[in-house]
Amino acid sequence: MMNYFPDEVIEHIFDYVVSHRDRNALSLVCKSWYRIERFTRQRVFIGNCYSITPERLIQRFPGLKSLTLKGKPHFADFSLVPYDWGGFLCPWIEALAKSRVGLEELRLKRMVVSDESLELLSRSFTHFKSLVLVSCEGFTTDGLAAIAANCRFLRELDLQENEVEDHKGQWLSCFPDSCTSLVSLNFACLKGEVSLGALERLVARSPNLKSLKLNRSVPLDALQRIMMRAPQLADLGIGSFVHDPDSEAYIRLKNTILKCKSITSLSGFLEVAPHCLAAIYPICPNLTSLNLSYAAGIQGSELIKLIRHCGKLQRLWIMDCIGDKGLGVVAMTCKDLQELRVFPSAPYGNPAAVTEKGLVAISMGCPKLHSLLYFCHQMTNAALITVAKNCPNFIRFRLCILEALKPDPDTLEPLDEGFGAIVQSCRRLRRLSLSGQLTDQVFLYIGMYAEQLEMLSIAFAGESDKGMLYVLNGCKKLRKLEIRDCPFGNMALLTDVGKYETMRSLWMSSCEVTVGACKLLAKKMPRLNVEIFNENEQEDCSLEDGQRVEKMYLYRTLAGKRKDAPEYVWTL
Amino acid sequence: MGSYESELNLKATELRLGLPGSDEPEKRSCSVRSNKRSSRESSVEESRCKSNVNSDDSTTTSDHDQESVQPAKVQVVGWPPIRSYRKNSLQQKKVEGDGSGIYVKVSMAGAPYLRKIDLKVYKSYPELLMALQTLFKCTFGEYSEREGYNGSEYAPTYEDKDGDWMLVGDVPWNMFVSSCKRLRIIKGSEAKGLGCL
Repeated sequence: MMNYFPDEVIEHIFDYVVSHRDRNALSLVCKSWYRIERFTRQRVFIGNCYSITPERLIQRFPGLKSLTLKGKPHFADFSLVPYDWGGFLCPWIEALAKSRVGLEELRLKRMVVSDESLELLSRSFTHFKSLVLVSCEGFTTDGLAAIAANCRFLRELDLQENEVEDHKGQWLSCFPDSCTSLVSLNFACLKGEVSLGALERLVARSPNLKSLKLNRSVPLDALQRIMMRAPQLADLGIGSFVHDPDSEAYIRLKNTILKCKSITSLSGFLEVAPHCLAAIYPICPNLTSLNLSYAAGIQGSELIKLIRHCGKLQRLWIMDCIGDKGLGVVAMTCKDLQELRVFPSAPYGNPAAVTEKGLVAISMGCPKLHSLLYFCHQMTNAALITVAKNCPNFIRFRLCILEALKPDPDTLEPLDEGFGAIVQSCRRLRRLSLSGQLTDQVFLYIGMYAEQLEMLSIAFAGESDKGMLYVLNGCKKLRKLEIRDCPFGNMALLTDVGKYETMRSLWMSSCEVTVGACKLLAKKMPRLNVEIFNENEQEDCSLEDGQRVEKMYLYRTLAGKRKDAPEYVWTL
Repeated sequence: MGSYESELNLKATELRLGLPGSDEPEKRSCSVRSNKRSSRESSVEESRCKSNVNSDDSTTTSDHDQESVQPAKVQVVGWPPIRSYRKNSLQQKKVEGDGSGIYVKVSMAGAPYLRKIDLKVYKSYPELLMALQTLFKCTFGEYSEREGYNGSEYAPTYEDKDGDWMLVGDVPWNMFVSSCKRLRIIKGSEAKGLGCL
């Protein structure tokens, strides 16, 4: 029936189809729809920058306006991927710049971004509006200066947790007076100072500014002046929040805060004096999102006092100094809580921090909870079973028991039953991270019940190849599997090689797979890149088949073997 | 949920390192499963702690485990899984400053000699007060802005840069650390004169 409609009508209908997956599905229906879809597609998401070449992307989607790219594998976050592995932005910008694509938005995660790429980006696309960089590296404030200076219609510059070299230049001052279009500016991760005068003037001439996240170099008095100029702010990241509570500046700030009733999201407090926190109590009742995970200066008791005012919170990121009791307060106060992240305040945790008790309290008070990241000292099966019963709506469940291999402290059993309860109860679970002592049993449960699971992270778990096989056989929607320090070997790897083409990627490090098995896999599956990292400093570059592989990363690709891999990466 | 209990896997206890029930917060291990390890792994495993437990041997007892476990707390690369950016910013906060301590004298009326403490060791008032109470075997009671340490046996005071004697706790912690020259623990009765009225 659809074939009798002219293209324009079908295009119009396609406008309503927005999600990447739905659009991908449309393009598979028939040739005609493929053609119409590709010309009308504006937003593309590439989960692995090596799965396709930029040229091929541009050829298929000439109308591209917004591109999201992800580079390094997730475990790069934890220093498991060697420096220089890849994920370079450069070839993408070069290809896009050469083409006629009118790029407006670029979102990058775990990519290596050079100043030259930023410069080229800023000069090549007149209508460029939005740059979001998450966990990227390789650039300096010089690159930011180019973006500020050249992107005349810039709306968004959002830098999240990037490693940026500070060149002490005045990048912020490079925004021309004519730039009045900013909606979102986040430079919290920068270490250096910015010109406070330039910042204030920029805010003053940006009437649409809704989100502003400052770095620690911005002092409290500057914050007050900025807030005066931007009462329309909805999302604020505070840099430094230290001042003598008796000073005029602090009193002025208190008064200014009373005027900022539209703030619903608060973060930062990179430097904070606990005495100053009372100033923000007036806006707490409006907050739906609070991120204090970098506020190392706030003690547990202050944190609790603050949270008592935050009845509307939906998203809360905090540090474990809040303690189990504090989580009890969260459970009583934040009935609308949907997402909770509790980070360790010291790499091996704070002994007075959180345990299974805090999580159980949360599950009892916050039934809407669907996303969890929880670093704790211990967990019990009983607690997990209770949590599973109370919160059947989990989409993301990531539990990190700080001591690897730790069993249930009450029963000394592995945590198979607890995690089993989670996957059986939470039928919509899409992402799961395991920890603690675990046998093959937990993987049996996962394979059996986790039907919607897309991403699974495993460390120090399992007993045999069966564990991994349960997962590969059972989880039909699995896209990303990352495994470290587990006894999974060649049999698990090679039993169902076709599976990997249905997934984005597989990471295995410190497991039992050998070079020979990887070679065999690569030979059977030409559309996979099977990379082994040979970080051994020895000169002998021969890889014997029987040798154990320390790190392997494989991913499906249409681009073939990549040409930018460093010396130690062997693509088989 | 009863079916889970029936799926108990007793073998799991054999994987434990150390006696069941014993407290082992410091031990970290990566289970090594097979004997087929190539020698080159030793360079890679520099930063990892290994156990020699061979899990193919299902009769491994906990006594055996204890012998072969590394006692020291060894850091495993990439564990716990915290983003390097976050880890770095946590550590930065601890190492702030030139690293040298800020030692100040602490005196208490009636004590036979003075003590010295390093203010850099503490991150907050509660930590400092706890340490002082322990050092001098005294109690301070609750601090409040209005009443100071009113009602308690002792109160902590300090001499600031201007030579004035101030009650500990009024100003932000960082400000206190940078202006404190010496500490003095006074009797509660003396403290009444210092109340912040």
